[in-house]
Amino acid sequence: MAYSFPEEVLEHVFSFIHSDKDRNAVSLVCKSWYEIERWCRREIFVGNCYAVSPRIAVRRFPEVRSVSLKGKPHFADFNLVPEGWGGYVYPWISVMAEAYPWLEELRLKRMVVTDETLELISRSFKNFRVLVLSSCDGFTTDGLAAIAANCMNLRELDLRESEVDDLSGHWLSHFPEPCTSLVSLSIACLGSEVSFSALERLVGRCTNLKTLRLNRAMPLDKLPNLLRRAPQLVDLGTGAYSAELRPEVYSKLAGAFAGCKELKSLSGFWDVVPAYLPALYSVCSGLTSLNLSYSIIQSPDLIKLVSQCQNLQRLWVLDHIEDSGLHALAASCKDLQELRVFPSDPNHPFDMEPNVTLTEQGLVSVSEGCPKLHSVLYFCRRMSNAALFTIARNCPKMTRFRLCIIEPREPDYLTRQPFDAGFGAIVEHCKDLRRLSLSGLLTDRVFEYIGTHAKKLEMLSVAFAGDSDLGLHYVLSGCKSLRKLEIRDCPFGDKALLANAAKLETMRSLWMSSCSVSFGACKLLGQKMPRLNVEVMDERGPPDSRPDNSPVETLYVYRTVSGPRFDMPDFVWTMDEDSALRLS
Amino acid sequence: MEGCSRNGDICPQLLDLIPNGREWIVRRDGGSLGASEEKKLELRLGPPVEDWFIKENSKNNSRDRDESLLSFRCFSSMASRIHNSNNNTSGAKRGFLDTVETKGGEETWLINSNGNQNHKLSSSDKLAGAVFSSPWCSGTLNSPSSSAYQMKTQQQQQPNPSFLQCLSIPQTLPVIAKESSQPCSNKVGDLQNPEKKTCCTASANTAVPNSSQKRTAPAPVVGWPPIRSFRKNLASSSSSKPAPELQSVVPTEAASGKSESCGKGLFVKINMDGVPIGRKVDLKAYNSYEKLSSAVDELFRGLLAAQRDSSAAGNQNKKEEVTGITGLLDGSGEYTLVYEDNEGDRMLAGDVPWHMFVSTVKRLRLLKSSELPALRLGSNKQEKASVDSVK
Repeated sequence: MAYSFPEEVLEHVFSFIHSDKDRNAVSLVCKSWYEIERWCRREIFVGNCYAVSPRIAVRRFPEVRSVSLKGKPHFADFNLVPEGWGGYVYPWISVMAEAYPWLEELRLKRMVVTDETLELISRSFKNFRVLVLSSCDGFTTDGLAAIAANCMNLRELDLRESEVDDLSGHWLSHFPEPCTSLVSLSIACLGSEVSFSALERLVGRCTNLKTLRLNRAMPLDKLPNLLRRAPQLVDLGTGAYSAELRPEVYSKLAGAFAGCKELKSLSGFWDVVPAYLPALYSVCSGLTSLNLSYSIIQSPDLIKLVSQCQNLQRLWVLDHIEDSGLHALAASCKDLQELRVFPSDPNHPFDMEPNVTLTEQGLVSVSEGCPKLHSVLYFCRRMSNAALFTIARNCPKMTRFRLCIIEPREPDYLTRQPFDAGFGAIVEHCKDLRRLSLSGLLTDRVFEYIGTHAKKLEMLSVAFAGDSDLGLHYVLSGCKSLRKLEIRDCPFGDKALLANAAKLETMRSLWMSSCSVSFGACKLLGQKMPRLNVEVMDERGPPDSRPDNSPVETLYVYRTVSGPRFDMPDFVWTMDEDSALRLS
Repeated sequence: MEGCSRNGDICPQLLDLIPNGREWIVRRDGGSLGASEEKKLELRLGPPVEDWFIKENSKNNSRDRDESLLSFRCFSSMASRIHNSNNNTSGAKRGFLDTVETKGGEETWLINSNGNQNHKLSSSDKLAGAVFSSPWCSGTLNSPSSSAYQMKTQQQQQPNPSFLQCLSIPQTLPVIAKESSQPCSNKVGDLQNPEKKTCCTASANTAVPNSSQKRTAPAPVVGWPPIRSFRKNLASSSSSKPAPELQSVVPTEAASGKSESCGKGLFVKINMDGVPIGRKVDLKAYNSYEKLSSAVDELFRGLLAAQRDSSAAGNQNKKEEVTGITGLLDGSGEYTLVYEDNEGDRMLAGDVPWHMFVSTVKRLRLLKSSELPALRLGSNKQEKASVDSVK
């Protein structure tokens, strides 16, 4: 058309548009924009690796440099997804090896990665720079050795919380001497001690290294050597933070920290010996992120530490911080945006005195003292509606609120009432809430509140809550922005599910385990909704060996353009038109 | 389906979830959803699901449970409507009620299973005392259906010792299984089948007495509280008191984590003969073979019983107490615990000191004791090769 911009101009304009949503919107304007856009899209994010096949993805976007993929459902983090479920990345890599020779970045979450895959990655992408494996499993340190050895321009290797079969620490020595490109190395999840001299040399020659997260096996007395070679570090994860109390060890450590003027983030800190904490004091005022969630540090020591971190924006800590520590946090850290408090003793018997005094008061205090607080993950043993009202009013900008009252179905400790009103206040006041996890005693009423108010909610996690299908119906019919819904142990059955079947096509996925969804309903859903994969997971054997009205153990539904997958283990069945034939 | 378009738009002619059965979507103000909205959203429901609905509501309507229902107007009004229409078949409900009533035998069965269920509830109350009195199935529950689901979930979540006595209530399983039973044990497992990870530390750390009172130690629930495995056992692996000053042993502790571990628990896979899906146990949670043995018992006892149940047809009243899995270490039980060490050799558990065992074990197996002499214990490289290939 004579009127349209030349392609090059449009491409240039599009190059300023990065978010997927915007890119997708651009591609819908007209056919020519679709074509231009798809040729110049450089990064793709696939939130569910089974929503689209690798072939379709590479066919549409031929010039991609960065790929992010997620595999298993979130509840896999809590052992609710048996091994062998799926999430294999190899099919993607083998397709991309042909289609994207210039791939630079790969970010995987909850996927099964094998050594073979890692080797293929290391050989196929000449300009490979970033590998992030978040909560992945299936590979060993041999695979890491291949990455280290073959990726000449590697900038980032981040193994966050993956399960690695750690055969030895020798893999690190495979980084060749000429490799100086590392910017980020995170190996906190590995068990073995890596070869220290290799690490020392690597750190020394990678002058752009900004992030170094060591594993627990790295002894504290070796840390100063590394820090001296990398004073430019911005993000440090220590190893075990304990050593014999010796003055020279202490002073070396304190001196090394003092030399790191750029440090903004600290983590690691396994097995803390409190006497070594003051060595950190010199960097505290610059810290914006502090992760102490692996360390049993008592509240007084935590208070001393945290009181010096006036610029702290993110704190992850164990419940040893107690209410007193959180009061101190609220008083000192006015920039705090994110707080995560994990339980140190989650299986502590309920009728015994708790080891730590962490109650709802701590969270209330932080909500009062920290006006920028918007992301909360809080494990506690008691809560009240009154506290939730207060938090809701104090933090109208809350975006992520995950509360875990450890005892399922625990009521308000003051009134013995359910928490419907409390969470209702949260969704009503916090209009930007994107993520919510519920706990405690809850009736269908809370779901009514959520359906009515939580219009921006994208992810909802529910456990041991609700009374009937109405609860589920409120959520599915009311939450306009809902993308991920995960439910366990709730009395939700077929009605709400089937009545809101169309909603499921607007979401990424729905997980329902230990609920009351019948096999018959799953079959029906699968037959009627061809663009959904309806997967039934049942360890008791094929669902058709039980009556149609028998509930399934787990239902996992997700939208897809690629039809049923074929890599399922024998305890997962896809419900579709053929399922009736296949199962018999 | 007739009239369904292929272009993916919601077909306005999709038939109702329940013919004329929209009352359950009554809003709080008593109004129903707009008809067009309903048409858009609902699918036709086949009979089996209707039966489920009936069953669910008949549970809801039984005696004492009404009081425990919320003061949720719609729900109770719906429930009472169903209840009423059970008695006087109104036009609205006729459609699916008829379905139920014509299947006379089935209706009887429904009542029976309810009856049995109630019966079992009381008997298991005596046995375990924990069905409704366990903390996470406590008296504050206000939903009858969720209590029924406690039964369900107990069955499915293995490390749940206090409920194992009433595990024998597979709800509808035993009756219907008559017609089409496919015993799970037929589907043999290759022991290398996909395994389910569990938070077995929970079962080890909490001693759940059989006759627990209300709100005693919580029964361990798989995946609850929702924290990652590497965060568990922080209290046990480091002492909860302030760490002592001298702690130079840390590097070796961490380095000894040979199985898949994230520096915290030591999870090894464990498979049991006859159970297709294996589990994982965290060896760091135990300090002796006896503790491990009892944890393994808890882990598999329920699953084994469920397997037996699903293969035993028509056995609905005969759910004896589920027997424990004992004698794992001395060869006296039906099963024996063996393990594979880091050299691929298969060994009997219990021979070497515990700490040596923990540092060399790669995976565990529960083999039928009767088959033990036939297995060659010791070097078994072929077995190891096949194990590795399943990764």
